[in-house]
Amino acid sequence: MDLNIIWFILIGVLFAGYAILDGFDLGVGMLHPFVKEDLHRRTFLNAIGPVWDGNEVWLITGGGALFAAFPEVYATVFSGFYIALFLLLVVLVFRAVAIEFRSKRESRRWRNNWDLAFTISSYLIALLLGVAMGNIIIGVPLNQYHEFVGNFWTLISPYTVLTGITTISLFMMHGAIYLVMKTDGELQTKVKNWVNNTIIFFVICYVSTTMVTLIYVPHMTQHFKDYPILFIIPLLNMLAIANIPREIHHQRYGWAFISSCASIAALLALFAIGIFPNIVPSNPNPEYSLTIYNAASSQKTLTIMLIVAIIGVPFVLAYTSAIYWTFRGKVKMEDLNY
Amino acid sequence: MGEVEILSRLQFAITAAFHFIYPPMSIGLGLALIIMEGMYLKTKDKKWEDLTRFWVKIFGIIFAMGVASGIVMEFQFGTNWATYSRFVGDVFGSALAAEGIFAFFLESGFLAILLFGWNKVKPRTHFISTILVTFGAHLSAVWILVANSWQQTPTGYHLVSRQVGDTIVTRAEIVDFWQVVFNPSTIDRVTHTIVGAWITGAFLVLSISAYYILKNKHLEHSKSAIKVGLVVAIIASLLQLITGHSSAVGVAQNQPAKLAAAEGLFETKAYAPLHIFGWVDSKEQKVKYTIAIPGLLSWLVHFDASKPVTGLDKIPPEDRPPVNFVFQSFHIMIFLGIMFILISILGAILWATNKLWNTKWFLWILVFSVVLPHIANQTGWITAEVGRQPWIVYGLLRTSDAISKNLTPGSVWFSLTLFTLIYLLIFVLFLFFLDRKIKQGITEHYTDEVYSQQKIVVEKN
Repeated sequence: MDLNIIWFILIGVLFAGYAILDGFDLGVGMLHPFVKEDLHRRTFLNAIGPVWDGNEVWLITGGGALFAAFPEVYATVFSGFYIALFLLLVVLVFRAVAIEFRSKRESRRWRNNWDLAFTISSYLIALLLGVAMGNIIIGVPLNQYHEFVGNFWTLISPYTVLTGITTISLFMMHGAIYLVMKTDGELQTKVKNWVNNTIIFFVICYVSTTMVTLIYVPHMTQHFKDYPILFIIPLLNMLAIANIPREIHHQRYGWAFISSCASIAALLALFAIGIFPNIVPSNPNPEYSLTIYNAASSQKTLTIMLIVAIIGVPFVLAYTSAIYWTFRGKVKMEDLNY
Repeated sequence: MGEVEILSRLQFAITAAFHFIYPPMSIGLGLALIIMEGMYLKTKDKKWEDLTRFWVKIFGIIFAMGVASGIVMEFQFGTNWATYSRFVGDVFGSALAAEGIFAFFLESGFLAILLFGWNKVKPRTHFISTILVTFGAHLSAVWILVANSWQQTPTGYHLVSRQVGDTIVTRAEIVDFWQVVFNPSTIDRVTHTIVGAWITGAFLVLSISAYYILKNKHLEHSKSAIKVGLVVAIIASLLQLITGHSSAVGVAQNQPAKLAAAEGLFETKAYAPLHIFGWVDSKEQKVKYTIAIPGLLSWLVHFDASKPVTGLDKIPPEDRPPVNFVFQSFHIMIFLGIMFILISILGAILWATNKLWNTKWFLWILVFSVVLPHIANQTGWITAEVGRQPWIVYGLLRTSDAISKNLTPGSVWFSLTLFTLIYLLIFVLFLFFLDRKIKQGITEHYTDEVYSQQKIVVEKN
């Protein structure tokens, strides 16, 4: 295994960390309008209150690591997906502001408006990320200088919208399970009912995306044909998803949540294996694709960054765990900060 | 300059300037919080706990604004400056990634305990979290300044060319990581920026506390807070003389064009004068309406008035920054730097002679001087960044060559308009809630009765 592959995996881990962590708080944002009482809405917000901000750091660090390890990808994707990326940034900013300011005034109208901003931005972030992934799967038009030659509308196609919606359904499921862990009583009963519906919604999207991918983007399956051992990943994914209703039924919500995390990780692994060794496949000219070799920094820099990661990541994992441990358990009335 | 370039530069300037309102306040306020909470743990005096809790809330709003405006910064190099990103990614990207791994997780993680952990962790753990968040904020500044300093004074790299398509593309790659990190301007710029942040935080504490004293609210608390603010302000504003001087000497050595522009020095000469103020006429190549002290610039740069300082005549016209703009920003910053020293020393004298709490005019100066460090921060950055022009990486890559190649003016207009409006909106919200927090005041567990009882005990002993 060479440094380029290690960094491909490490960036994948950062984005998987982002999807698993911010995924549930985005899901909470999507489910937010389904409760009407202010107290319940505040319970939702406070369930993610201490952690959402740290969860977003995974995206920011993922962006930074992409810049360091694969600068060509960072430059091509962000300049190429310009309008889409700025839309993503706008909704990220709006969401942060909505969470921060929503409960700072009593006014009903004030809170409803920020709730709306919170919900819409949560949906849009998931949609845009999913659309971006869909584009990476089918490939985007690049020229020989690694420059994107399409425009905003190039990125929108039935397939990418489908991957977008699938991402929404994934985070909704993930968020619902997280909320079951963080609520109790009547509110928990309500949230528990959502889990099944969100699983069904997700499975429908997941199966549709898989079928369409198999038919229209067959190159995604090449590595699975070459190395059948890799089939263990989709298998684990299925088991993880099937395990969720079981754990919920036995009231082992923590395990349900871990299953959901595992299924997100497995999905991203499928995605990464499918595109490897490309990071941004070029379509229609596959020879212009950005790969883990032609888009990478020098071996020296990849080595330095690996040392940085080896020193830094254990700390990151240690304090992320410490924070989640500190704020474990149900949201309590006296802890309503948002 | 093409339309895309002008708009992209404007967009970067607006978003960076807006973002930089918040980090200096977090860094400086973090330091004040460590002192306040440290005093609480040491004295067990509730007053300090009240103050810590109050300032933590303000810290939380400032921090959230910093994060919200900072996300854009992390991605903007790729969106508008793709050619730059391809050129520097190997070097600059590394510093940015290190900032994420070492600093952002630390800050955002322990911020949760700072804001929401009062009832969940022991006071000592909370204090440690305060220290870690503040340490993280400092670390973040260090890494981003490493990245920026490398743009100012690139070292530790070599240029590598390779074939991409039918052209040869050159980029910078790391040769020596520690030379990249400790490039010639890193230490000066890190210290100068961080000390500037301490001043910013100190004046924020001074302003709000002085306001309370003038309104006859939270007197005991505010007096203690003012003492904290004044101590930090005195130390930091005096330290800034050293870091500022050292920075200027470094600029004279490493980026002579920038110093020449900042001082309006057109001619390389011995006994180079220092302009106290003035207006630069680039056409006539002289500084008008000025008072100049002969030889002082030479003396400051070389400790010898007879030695020459490089003027703009040694710089080819196409490599010169806009002179008057840099000159004015630089002089405003210096003027404010001197003001900070004067205000803090005056405050110290009034404090020492026990007149501080009744000198209303001075307290009003403190209330309004909260904006001054921000102006100094912004003008300092304008000097640094505009003074580096026309280079984006000094001597290596021109700003005009760094732009993304596939952008249309329409898309940049779109992003620029959108972000200007959003930043205006969130700035208004920020001021609104800061104002509300200030009006709500400090929640006092600490009552006068308790205080007088304690005093009696102390006096009896």
